[in-house]
Amino acid sequence: MTGEGGHIVQFDNVGLRYGTDREVLSDVSFTLFPGSFYFLTGASGAGKTSLLRLLYLAQRPSRGVIRMFGTDVITVPRARLPAFRRRIGVVFQDFRLVPHLSAFDNVALPLRVSGVPEGEIRKPVADMLTWVGLDQRADARPATLSGGEQQRVAIARAVIARPEILVADEPTGNVDPEMAVKLLRLFEALNRLGTTVVVATHDVHLLRKVSDSLIMRLDRGRLSDPTGALRYPPRPEVAAR
Amino acid sequence: MNAVFSIGSMAIRRNAPRFGAIDRLAPHSRLAGPMPWVIAIMIALTVIAAGAGLALRNLGTNAGAEIAGGLTVQILEGAPAARERQAQAAVAHLRTRQDVAEVIRVPEKDLEALLEPWLGRQMLTGDAAIPVPALIDVRLQGPVTERRLEELRASLKALVPSARIDAQAGWLGPVFDALASLQWLALGLVALLAAASAAAVWLAARSALGGNRETIEIIHLLGATDRQIARLFERSIAFDAAIGGLAGLLLGAGALWLLGSQFARLGSGMVTGGALGPADWALLVAIPVAGVVLATLTARLTVVGALRRML
Ligand SMILES: Nc1ncnc2c1ncn2[C@@H]1O[C@H](COP(=O)(O)OP(=O)(O)OP(=O)(O)O)[C@@H](O)[C@H]1O
Ligand SMILES: [Mg+2]
Repeated sequence: MTGEGGHIVQFDNVGLRYGTDREVLSDVSFTLFPGSFYFLTGASGAGKTSLLRLLYLAQRPSRGVIRMFGTDVITVPRARLPAFRRRIGVVFQDFRLVPHLSAFDNVALPLRVSGVPEGEIRKPVADMLTWVGLDQRADARPATLSGGEQQRVAIARAVIARPEILVADEPTGNVDPEMAVKLLRLFEALNRLGTTVVVATHDVHLLRKVSDSLIMRLDRGRLSDPTGALRYPPRPEVAAR
Repeated sequence: MNAVFSIGSMAIRRNAPRFGAIDRLAPHSRLAGPMPWVIAIMIALTVIAAGAGLALRNLGTNAGAEIAGGLTVQILEGAPAARERQAQAAVAHLRTRQDVAEVIRVPEKDLEALLEPWLGRQMLTGDAAIPVPALIDVRLQGPVTERRLEELRASLKALVPSARIDAQAGWLGPVFDALASLQWLALGLVALLAAASAAAVWLAARSALGGNRETIEIIHLLGATDRQIARLFERSIAFDAAIGGLAGLLLGAGALWLLGSQFARLGSGMVTGGALGPADWALLVAIPVAGVVLATLTARLTVVGALRRML
């Protein structure tokens, strides 16, 4: 499941530019350890979404090396990528719900893509919708849901298949503070089951709500490592956690 | 708390997803708007043009075979007695020849019946009757060639100087030429309509997929394989193309059947020779089938093409 060094993700000198523009990510190097909880912070436009797109395999970097699950995912044949994507749960910043599917079917999507038998889908999806408070809206199309409700469907979809890595881009941007904390608890629960969690946010209050979380800071495309947790090998007190 | 993840971890994370699993995710807005009808109309027109072309071909072949070996011998002798003698001599001579399959003397009564409406009774009977040539229908073994005609003419003229021989295909020649041109015209029409139908199917499939680009990308990012996604869209688009194609086939075949039965009522042997056989109908049914195949291939190429542009 992880690389030789006990890490699940390793970025080495990664750079990313869109087209011929300047680099939006430069010299990004870090390591994620399995079962850890990371917050990715930074000003708007700092490159958080761009970094997460690399993480959920939507984008190739312009330079550098990315290893995930012990595999170099840049040189791996394209046909092997779907299997990696199924091990990663994603909450997109713009939700990206399938418009013609109900909330229920959107949440069930990762299970169906993974070939889970239909009989084993109904209960977990219903349970998850209840958890995010949408059991009454299971049959609703995304267009008829509020922004916060859509966000909760997106989160339910990201966690339903118990991914090994959860990547969430501003997952609490559209919900009230109370619901934000509740959703964080969901991520923590998943984290305790062994999932590595990366949450991008510019809500600094959120950071304090999760004990033992590690911080990744992006500043105009460059990553700083205030706690030293992202180095490899990690500092002893970080590794001990 | 952890109970929220009630999915068994063994149930997920299979590396080989079953293809059927996401089929129910097929988009509801499949072929958008008027496209199924455009497909139906194009298929109908193609079927009609192809049917007409096949009917013309059958007509040409049947009529051609019927008169290919046919000759008409006229005895142009004014005196009735001499004419009768010469006609009998000609029939006798023709019957002895190996290369002649059939000789029929057209009865004088038939000829008179044929001419009476034009000339009137008194012109055909009595002493003042105008002379009418004796007619003999001859069928050769195999087709009539210029050489055979010359040879037969020479041998008959030696015996019956007043005989005149014409190949039936000769005076029908312009008709056959016209039939051939019509066949080429039908073929050209079929080619043009098939190209336009193919374009309609192609555009319909592409526009249906264009509206679902977002869905394709989402399912792709959730880890669906290219094949899973392509199958998803292939099926729904093939289904819609099948609906349009079936409607077009029924429309086109209905029109052909209607035309066929109206021509049949004309009762002319030549026209009924153009009736469509089972093989022809099979060919017409193959037109919408080809449309469905094309739509499916287009869907696959478009989806896979769009996916290749993603990582
Ligand atoms: N598809 C793209 N094409 C070109 N430039 C892009 C593209 N996506 C992002 N950028 C640019 O890259 C930079 C980083 O964008 P990114 O979306 O990663 O920022 P972010 O940290 O997620 O911001 P926010 O907090 O507002 O979501 C921005 O300057 C943005 O304009
Ligand atoms: Mg962003």
